[in-house]
Amino acid sequence: MSDVTRDQIKGLHGDFSFVQISDSHIGFNKAANPDVTATLREAIAKVNALPTPPSLVLHTGDLTQLSKPDEFDILSESLKSLKTDTIFFVPGEHDVLNDNGAEFRARFGKGTQGDGWYSFDQRGIHFIGLVNVLNLRAGRLGYLGPDQLAWLKNDLAHLKSSTPIIVLAHIPLWAVYPQWGWGTDDSAEALSYLKRFGSVTVLNGHIHQTMAKVEGNITFHTACSTAFPQPQPGQADSPGPMKVPAEQLRGLLGITDVNFVRHKHTLAVVDSSLA
Amino acid sequence: MDSWNRSNRGSRLRFDGRDQSKPGGRRSGQRPKTVEIKIDNFSFGPMTLTVSPGTTVTWINNDDVPHTVVSEDTTTFKSKALDTGDKFSYTFAKPGKYPYFCSVHPKMMAEIVVQ
Repeated sequence: MSDVTRDQIKGLHGDFSFVQISDSHIGFNKAANPDVTATLREAIAKVNALPTPPSLVLHTGDLTQLSKPDEFDILSESLKSLKTDTIFFVPGEHDVLNDNGAEFRARFGKGTQGDGWYSFDQRGIHFIGLVNVLNLRAGRLGYLGPDQLAWLKNDLAHLKSSTPIIVLAHIPLWAVYPQWGWGTDDSAEALSYLKRFGSVTVLNGHIHQTMAKVEGNITFHTACSTAFPQPQPGQADSPGPMKVPAEQLRGLLGITDVNFVRHKHTLAVVDSSLA
Repeated sequence: MDSWNRSNRGSRLRFDGRDQSKPGGRRSGQRPKTVEIKIDNFSFGPMTLTVSPGTTVTWINNDDVPHTVVSEDTTTFKSKALDTGDKFSYTFAKPGKYPYFCSVHPKMMAEIVVQ
């Protein structure tokens, strides 16, 4: 069977969808949300209520507040009720606090490369999970590092330019607001490897609010948190957890549903709140 | 400019170990040896602190997110992640400049001057 025929057969499986959830911060118990486990469970219920069950779920980091084993345990237990085939993770800075991510990788990063990066293919889409929360340097932003960049370049080398690409990373790979650390030092290098592809979608977390940007062939998107909102860039003294009236909280938390429409070769990204 | 540091930008505190309440100055055994730095709103306060050799500096995290206290060379001193209310102390024996940052939020930078 030729590669072309094989691709066509794969294509016949049709459209598919997946879900992004982010920033669950299990263990956080301050005023901005005293029960983050409850809101995570509401997010899971929201996913389970989708008309089409997602083929996979992507968690874009900050699973926990303090990288504690019992926090990871609660997260894993909660996610068991998700109706999906597979869950993929990338770490946030809260998941790698005291051990450079060893505990995170032991639980969620089996089979990954280097400090936890990886790629896989699903329904003709190439997914890439990047780690940009380790070895952060004074005064700087998120960081991928030369080893990961070299791996990424090599990982993409064998792909056809028509392959749809989805990149996950916790901290945004575009300069959302560098003054608050909302960006990645060496993301431009990574994005330069992606320029030749027709469809690239970058999914990030970290900033606890949805934001989107299109730059050439690359669409950037950040997801809501399942735990607590953060202020819009520059709209507060610091990017810390934002306390809102209790009745407004769930309107600012949410999930992201991504639908891949194959014949149009496009991704439809839909954010929906927990309210 | 880091906007969360704006309120502390340029603030400096000189701590020279003298007991100001006793004219004539320092007496052996009465020299305070601990100074506190507060972490508030993603900022170390004061951002520049000058102390005499032998002073112990204690950082306390008043934010509801974890922070760390790590020397810029990442080896001289390095705290674990400090949750709300957690403290970290380091005694500065030798004169010099000690820039440090929060390795979780590396835009948070400050400096201890020992002289």
